[in-house]
Amino acid sequence: MNAIDVQGLTKMFGSTQALAGVHFSVAEGELFAYLGPNGSGKTTTIRILTGLMRTFGGTATVAGYDVTKHSRKAKTQCGVVPQAVNLDRDLTVSENLMIHGRLFGLSGRSLRDRILSLLEYVELLKKKDQFVKHLSSGQQRRVMIVRALVHRPRILFLDEPTVGLDPAVRRQIWMLIKSIQRQKTTVLLTTHYIEEADLLADRVALLCEGTIVDIATPDALKSRLGNWALDIYENDHMETHYFKDRQDALNTASTPQASVNIRQVNLEDAFLQMTGKKVS
Amino acid sequence: MNGFWAIYLRELLILRRRLGMLAGSMSVAPVLYLVAFGFALGQDIEIAGHSYLQYLLPGLIALSSMTQAFAISGEINIARFYWKIFDEFQAAPVSRTAYVAAEVLAGMTRGMMAALVILLVGSLCGIRLSLGPMFWLAVAGNSFVFSSLAVFLAMVVREHAAQMMLNTFVITPMAFLGGTFFPSDRLPAWARYGIEVLPITHASRAIRDAGLLRGFSWTPYLAMTCIGCAFFILALSQVHRATE
Repeated sequence: MNAIDVQGLTKMFGSTQALAGVHFSVAEGELFAYLGPNGSGKTTTIRILTGLMRTFGGTATVAGYDVTKHSRKAKTQCGVVPQAVNLDRDLTVSENLMIHGRLFGLSGRSLRDRILSLLEYVELLKKKDQFVKHLSSGQQRRVMIVRALVHRPRILFLDEPTVGLDPAVRRQIWMLIKSIQRQKTTVLLTTHYIEEADLLADRVALLCEGTIVDIATPDALKSRLGNWALDIYENDHMETHYFKDRQDALNTASTPQASVNIRQVNLEDAFLQMTGKKVS
Repeated sequence: MNGFWAIYLRELLILRRRLGMLAGSMSVAPVLYLVAFGFALGQDIEIAGHSYLQYLLPGLIALSSMTQAFAISGEINIARFYWKIFDEFQAAPVSRTAYVAAEVLAGMTRGMMAALVILLVGSLCGIRLSLGPMFWLAVAGNSFVFSSLAVFLAMVVREHAAQMMLNTFVITPMAFLGGTFFPSDRLPAWARYGIEVLPITHASRAIRDAGLLRGFSWTPYLAMTCIGCAFFILALSQVHRATE
């Protein structure tokens, strides 16, 4: 059984089509990245799958439960980390986690122990009695991630988990996400950061204007273009050519009077080739 | 039930953090009303055998418990529009009934606290009321009505500014009418009929009758129960719509 199954998902906001027939499935334990520019429908998909949006077309199941018909059962299987920080600023770190645990039916010593072990896991045990408003952005993000894990969800939804964080903190969050996946948790991650999807994901869905244009492993998506990209800058204009071998790229780069850059193909190239648009 | 206790506990924790500030703010307006209307204007006035101060205090309790119970709408909207904590509740397996009941109880808790603060202020001014079970039932009924109305309206509005407007149109007129400061039977008939529809009128009457031992009628209690339940049901339906 797949952890997530989505068939023909559609969603309209007035006359704007946010999702135009999205299909995908995520296997148990997989880290699946949903890559697309702002406004492509990433958050809408997550809100539907986590029960925050009820009116949509198509079907979606999470851990085998239809998100419309068995919404509450589906929710028990999910942990959600939204894009905006939605911690209770007037509560301490451990109170935030405690309230979350109680929302999911946990209480007593087992909840207290779970909170302590999670805070230790993200190296925030010393901050447990601090108010959330006094934490740094990176610490708040880590609290949000462990809060979503308190009730031991089978599936973790991360909506742009590193947006607005500095590169060093972003890398810390990436390591945390990877270690969560190693514990057999299925992860659906939305991002518009190429590097994030490339580094973390087992498979990537390229999303553009509410439609998935391709789904594959990061390597497969990139290798469809070749391994090497040659950017040629001429008269304020850039043109990119793709090559299987680096030597072919070097040979082409020897054109006089042009500024060139040889680099490895990335997911931005794949996205650009598929859609004619940039991700970020 | 887990969701209910979690949400109520959250509100209590926040309430505890702000207790001093909140108790202070709860007493400001009533003290001003007591000084201005009670001591300055109403010193020599007597209504139905009671001094105006004695008459005024139950009205202030109705007014303050109404305002504080209704204030839960502001808390809900801040949590919903600014902090996005409503999403956290919505993503949890919590029923609509549990959510509404917890927020209504949180509003009622604030309403009851406000009544305690006014009683304390009153006793410092030498005004004593009879605090029997019917008095507390009346305060609880009033808090239930306005807390349920608050949750309902908090789910209706789409932005915090709209909430502020509702306060002006809904709460301010009720604060001054509805038998809080003066007996409604002195008003013209057309105004009296209008005021009888307001829930605060029933609350003022029940709190005053119980507090001043002026006799007893189930009618205001029944009215508050019916109106409160109607708002509670409306709140349930609106939570469903507010999900998106």
